[in-house]
Amino acid sequence: MDVKLIVGLEIHVHLATNTKMFCGCRLGYDDPPNTNVCPVCLGMPGSLPVINKQAYIHSVRTALALNCSITKFTKWDRKSYYYPDLPKNYQISQYDLPMSEHGYMDIPLGDGKTKRIRILRAHLEEDAGKNLHEGLGHSQVDLNRAGSPLLEIVTEPDLNSAEECRILAMELQKLVQFIGASHGDMQKGHMRFEPNINLHITEGNNTYKTPICEVKNLNSFRAVEGAVAYEEWRHLEEWKMDHDFVMEKQDKQNRGWDDVKKETVFQRGKEEAHDYRYFPDPDLVPVVIDGVWLEEIKSTMGELPAAMKERFISDYGLNDYDAMVLTGDKATATFFDDAVKAGAKAKIVTNIVTQYGLSIANEKQVALDQIGVSSAQVADLAKLIDDGTINSSAAKTIFEKMLTEDGDPKSIAEKHNLIQVSDTSALEGILDQVLADNQKAVEDFRAGGKKAPKSRGFLLGQVMQKSKGQANPKVVGDLLDAKLNG
Amino acid sequence: MDQLTARELRDKIAQGEIKSQDATQAAFDAIEKTNGNIGAFLQTHKEHALKKAAQIDEKISNGDAVGSLAGLPIAIKDNMCMDVGKTTCASKYLENFHAPYNGGAVEKLNQADAVIIGKCNMDEYAMGSSTENSGLQKTANPWDTARVPGGSSGGSAAAVAAKMCWATLGSDTGGSIRQPASFCGVVGLKPTYGRVSRYGLVAYGSSLDQIGPITKTVGDAGLMLGAIAGYDNRDSTSVPETDAPVLDYLKDLDKPIENLKIGVAKEFFEVDGLDPDVAKSVKEALNLYESMGAKLVDVELPHIKYSVATYYLVATAEASSNLARYDGVHYGHRTADPKDYIDVYSSSREEGFGEEVKRRIMLGTYALSSGYYDAYYLKALKVRNLIRQDFNHAFEKVDCLMSPTAPEVAFKMGDKTDNPLKMYLSDIYTIAVNLAGMPGISIPCGLNSNNLPIGLQIISPNFTEDKLLRIANMFESKTDHHTRFPAR
Ligand SMILES: [Zn+2]
Repeated sequence: MDVKLIVGLEIHVHLATNTKMFCGCRLGYDDPPNTNVCPVCLGMPGSLPVINKQAYIHSVRTALALNCSITKFTKWDRKSYYYPDLPKNYQISQYDLPMSEHGYMDIPLGDGKTKRIRILRAHLEEDAGKNLHEGLGHSQVDLNRAGSPLLEIVTEPDLNSAEECRILAMELQKLVQFIGASHGDMQKGHMRFEPNINLHITEGNNTYKTPICEVKNLNSFRAVEGAVAYEEWRHLEEWKMDHDFVMEKQDKQNRGWDDVKKETVFQRGKEEAHDYRYFPDPDLVPVVIDGVWLEEIKSTMGELPAAMKERFISDYGLNDYDAMVLTGDKATATFFDDAVKAGAKAKIVTNIVTQYGLSIANEKQVALDQIGVSSAQVADLAKLIDDGTINSSAAKTIFEKMLTEDGDPKSIAEKHNLIQVSDTSALEGILDQVLADNQKAVEDFRAGGKKAPKSRGFLLGQVMQKSKGQANPKVVGDLLDAKLNG
Repeated sequence: MDQLTARELRDKIAQGEIKSQDATQAAFDAIEKTNGNIGAFLQTHKEHALKKAAQIDEKISNGDAVGSLAGLPIAIKDNMCMDVGKTTCASKYLENFHAPYNGGAVEKLNQADAVIIGKCNMDEYAMGSSTENSGLQKTANPWDTARVPGGSSGGSAAAVAAKMCWATLGSDTGGSIRQPASFCGVVGLKPTYGRVSRYGLVAYGSSLDQIGPITKTVGDAGLMLGAIAGYDNRDSTSVPETDAPVLDYLKDLDKPIENLKIGVAKEFFEVDGLDPDVAKSVKEALNLYESMGAKLVDVELPHIKYSVATYYLVATAEASSNLARYDGVHYGHRTADPKDYIDVYSSSREEGFGEEVKRRIMLGTYALSSGYYDAYYLKALKVRNLIRQDFNHAFEKVDCLMSPTAPEVAFKMGDKTDNPLKMYLSDIYTIAVNLAGMPGISIPCGLNSNNLPIGLQIISPNFTEDKLLRIANMFESKTDHHTRFPAR
């Protein structure tokens, strides 16, 4: 028996515009309910939509990053359904002429290989508001979110494991954040995932296709992976119980994800499905993309994360893991790239950024370029390490001082006496004192054998301690070897 | 004062000869005296209007610049959102709805220093041809109060005909300005689609709706159009001035068009139910143009016979979607004691909408349903293109087309309420013009034997309202139909 999981993902991405899709209201979902609203997004009689050009640009950029072809002529359609959070009772969307289609995304798999996932289409639409039912005898509607710009991306059913679904979700988040099309904040619901799942089960000469299920409104990577894995298990179990659990026998159904019980729950079957009565929105004119505008958008795209990662590996000699971490978001990638371009060694910058910078950024919950240390300072710091002016333990201290103190790394190092002492005459005095105070260790070393390296290390440590960490360990080592062997 | 045209009154106010406050007061006096019999107004805003008039009078006495409609009392159809009073669309559903904003045309009126005195009755949501579909009140034709004023802008036309004000705004989706203007013996202009902002006009058929003036004279229509025309960045379908500049519609108004070529389509005179009196009057009008040197040219409009069917698919489909927002959830009428949340929707709509509105919502919903879309809505869009082509072909040969505005004069109240199809045919001459987007005007061209007005419709190419008005004015300047008003 061969079981193959087939998943296609629909992803809703909230675009990082200042205002809503068809009106001038501010995007601010967390503001007091119904404060970011106007006649247009309230669906008042007589109001009319006007498209947000910035949303279109964000969409084109995302579509280009997904290797989609951009449709030169697109229109807007009304999708009709009645729901309290949808003031007009229709949603403005794009039906048969999406703004882009036929792209792909290469996602990294655990084994170091990549897999190409085809993108069917990406189209722009407006979001609905929010219904609040909690703890009341009645429901409340908050329309702050109503009319905010959404990009809906639909993949082909090319995903074959729950893990692949999670990876695609994470890669897409990285991508939209990288190009600035979305803040991609999962907690704020900037991205919602809806996997369409079924199994192809081959037993002997028969192939069974289990009925497709769509799990709605997943808003965390864990939920995406969990829901797909649960459905994979459920489909197989149901099929084992009844080989007639096949597509022909049961229509598509919608399910929801219970994040507490970690299982999916039935929502509705096809017989309750809507007839959306799509038709072209007569209030909007079609969008015609001219070549000049498209080129202009392309020229401002900048380097995409995949290309940047490749460059870091080939030009800077980074390993795959470091390159992946350093292209995790645009701020980190640019910060790192700038520091290297300022003349510092990539390997040293990598260590500073991954060991100090990112952990501080993480702790503070900010982007790397917001922690208070500039890429130029990091470049200078790396150079000081490289030319032996400071050692690595001093580098950590200097980095931390730079978070709160002004000045370049060198002046901070001087101020706090963190410059390495490499001057042999200065170090010789300390060394002689240490040798005189530790006769036993000197003898052990001279005797050679098993104890010798340990004794040498001990003596070296004593010198470092007495110099308050400022001694250049390499110079001390050379001096020590000369004295003891001489 | 009520003998004056809007242009004359406007000039006298601007020159300080008549105070806007007096003109406004005169309008309210006329309304008080006449509206009880006619029912043209749904609401008046006396206090607000008089205050506005006083401000304009002060501007004028101070020698400050005033807008093109300085102090002129004007009424508008009650489907234009205004932050004063209510915007009801003559629907029970919106009976108590206060719009929180001003629409584009209302803003333009305010900028032009017009004094908006009130809002006029109409068929509910502009769906109808007699104003009998108003959910709020009846409007009578001032020429014969047993007859309808036409519709859907029946209140706006009746208000001008009954001299309750000098000019009004209506909206025209399939003839809703021109047909009531014809029935009431006044001038009604539907501008090119995109000429006047639809922002704040409560939508019926979005791809067809257009606001325009109803006035006593052609020149008054030009004055009003100049005030309300123009691009509005809040309406994506309004046309930028770089593509079609707003013109001075009065500058050359009195200059006749030389070598005018008038297209006459035989299809227009082969209509079943064309009243012989109407046909006769329109033919006399054509003869008069000929006598002024115009040439009559036969044109063919082979697809025009499909206009009514096409219109009732396109308009109702759009309406079914446009009216979905009236759901009892967000504003307007909500049913008193809903069984469940679905019932909030169904009962609120059942109670809030009149029969004709429900009929059109159902027609439109059906036309857009999956499995029927291609056969109905999509096909209608294709025929619409063919109708547009018919007009474009005709305009290669002629400057304008002329036809009756309606196949008949104002009919008796209740005559057609039981037969919607008969009612729909009342717009047979006007509907194609909305489908094609072109401007059209109805001007009075005579009275029938029962002393009821007859309208001549003139249609011209997109954005040639300047020419259209000049052509209409040629007729008006040689006739006195426009000076006839119903007896009080
Ligand atoms: Zn808004």
